[in-house]
Amino acid sequence: MMNAQHTGRRLAIIVATVTLALGVVRAQQAQAPAGPAQQPSDLSLVISGDPGTPPRYAVPDFVALSPDAADAAKTVGQVLWDDLNFEREFYLIPRDTYATVPVARSGDQVPFAAWRELGADAVVFGTVQKSGQNLTVQVRLLNVRTRQSVFSKEYLVTNPRLAAHTVSDEIHQQQRALKGVARTKLAFSSDRNKESVAGPIKNRDVKEIYMSDYDGAAPRRITTSRDLNITPVWSPDARAIAYTSYRRTVPDIFVSLIYQGILQNPTKGQGSNFLPIYSPDGTRMAFMSNRDGNPEIYVMNVDGSNVRRVTNHPGGDASPTWSPNGQQLAFTSDRSGAPQIYVVSVDGTNLRRITTSESYADRPTWAPAGLNEIAFAARTPGGFDVKVYDVVTQQTRQLTFGEGTNESPAYSPNGRHLAFTSTRAGRVQIFTMTRDGRDVRQITRDGNNWTPSWSN
Amino acid sequence: MRRPFLLVLTLFIAVAIVGCGKKKPPIVQPAPPPATASTPQSAAPPPQRVEEPLPVPQQPLSEDAIGNRSLDDLNRDSPLKPALFALDSAELDDMGRATVQANAEILKKYPTWQVTIEGHCDERGTAEYNLALGERRAVAVKTYLVSLGISADRLRTVSYGKEFPFEPAHNEDAWSKNRRGHFVITSK
Repeated sequence: MMNAQHTGRRLAIIVATVTLALGVVRAQQAQAPAGPAQQPSDLSLVISGDPGTPPRYAVPDFVALSPDAADAAKTVGQVLWDDLNFEREFYLIPRDTYATVPVARSGDQVPFAAWRELGADAVVFGTVQKSGQNLTVQVRLLNVRTRQSVFSKEYLVTNPRLAAHTVSDEIHQQQRALKGVARTKLAFSSDRNKESVAGPIKNRDVKEIYMSDYDGAAPRRITTSRDLNITPVWSPDARAIAYTSYRRTVPDIFVSLIYQGILQNPTKGQGSNFLPIYSPDGTRMAFMSNRDGNPEIYVMNVDGSNVRRVTNHPGGDASPTWSPNGQQLAFTSDRSGAPQIYVVSVDGTNLRRITTSESYADRPTWAPAGLNEIAFAARTPGGFDVKVYDVVTQQTRQLTFGEGTNESPAYSPNGRHLAFTSTRAGRVQIFTMTRDGRDVRQITRDGNNWTPSWSN
Repeated sequence: MRRPFLLVLTLFIAVAIVGCGKKKPPIVQPAPPPATASTPQSAAPPPQRVEEPLPVPQQPLSEDAIGNRSLDDLNRDSPLKPALFALDSAELDDMGRATVQANAEILKKYPTWQVTIEGHCDERGTAEYNLALGERRAVAVKTYLVSLGISADRLRTVSYGKEFPFEPAHNEDAWSKNRRGHFVITSK
């Protein structure tokens, strides 16, 4: 039992800390990518920076406890720096400035004074030990001012990048109550294997579905049909990728259960079927089909049962996307002439057009819950640019400004980033940017790459 | 688990047999005269000539340089010309209709041909919507062909959006060629 005085003092400290933290969070939101920010569960562990500025983090190389762990130790440190930098919640001190700081070989030797001199509020100390295929990664997050460890954990992994991704997500969770995206994946279509489709017609390059880490590392090929495989989307549990495939000449929807090696074909050749997209609860799929003679939007259960037509118009309807509560769809229709974005209830009622001042708009992508907005590609003088429509205010903001042509926006699961395609670096490549259009990063570099989808 | 496979195999064989039957109509030729044994018994008999009629390759129709070509050859340099479309449009203009009319005449001349109409778009539209636009272009061509008397059973549509441009360049000339209803002969 605590006495009243002690309790009162404790309360005062908590209130002060909360106020300080709130101040920091508010200051953050002005410059960070924004998105739903909550209070961390244990404020006493939160490392803050100088008032009004984000805390400054240093992530030096991890210490290899055996010579064969040297490469892995370097990878973990570098990837963790990148991961922590990605959400812009912390200021990551560049690694090439660490030369003046003595290297600590153990957690007891961390040179706090030298880190403080470099301006660090937080420093990561980690070790990597290798035994056979396994890596034991130990990590501590240290408060440079108090010299206390606020996060300490040990991981057993085979993939050093996954260790770094996991640490980053857990630090974001603990320090910012933020769902990081370091362990999420991207799926996309690519011609990087440079094969041609068999047949007498020239210039037909094979496109296959690939997946990679959120930062583009560790790309893996998912399809091998040596044909056209496009418009992949993740299932909400991130264990399946649905896509449009021409493997039977007529385009149809296929699903790869990527960790089981199972291929499914829920639409079973009922006409041409394109552009699948999972409902947020993962039980249904919306898609475009010509089964009734014209491109229309349909909804079905993921096993292909209970197909229901949502749209009914002689114009073309395409590109469905689900609202976070699964009750509405946004889609593209050329019923008024040029393609525009519409919203409709899943039962086909309450149709309304939301883009009114664009000459051409497509690929609506509804943001995850908490952000009631829809990103899309709009025609601009140089091609296309990514814009975002706020469903509540009905205002539209523009995120890209004519650097190449920019298409196919896809939200990260925490809503703070978008992946999209751009020709700004030459060929068609996948990039990511923050929700306000900043911090553009090139994700793919091999071949051409299209239609990204970001996993949960 | 094996039954569907067997069913598919059986269907496939059945279709193949029916298909073959259709392709080569029986050729009516006079029966060969019966062989007569007129040589005397004493001499060594010359070997008996045993023959049956062989089907002769079908005569090409007069001045038919097209009907003889293989499917791949036909599709490499097709007598069926692509119907071209205006930017963002899925409607056949006068030139597009004239092209489809000419193709309809050829399809009437070769009534066994089956055709896939591919809908294609140029790169100036978005990847996703272009799948719908390509579909609408292919359907526009098919609908017009049907109105000209070509059976819908012979026509299939496939939209390729902007995935398979015919001309890789990024200019007006390439774009105009990439907005097309492209004809692929899938069976003769």
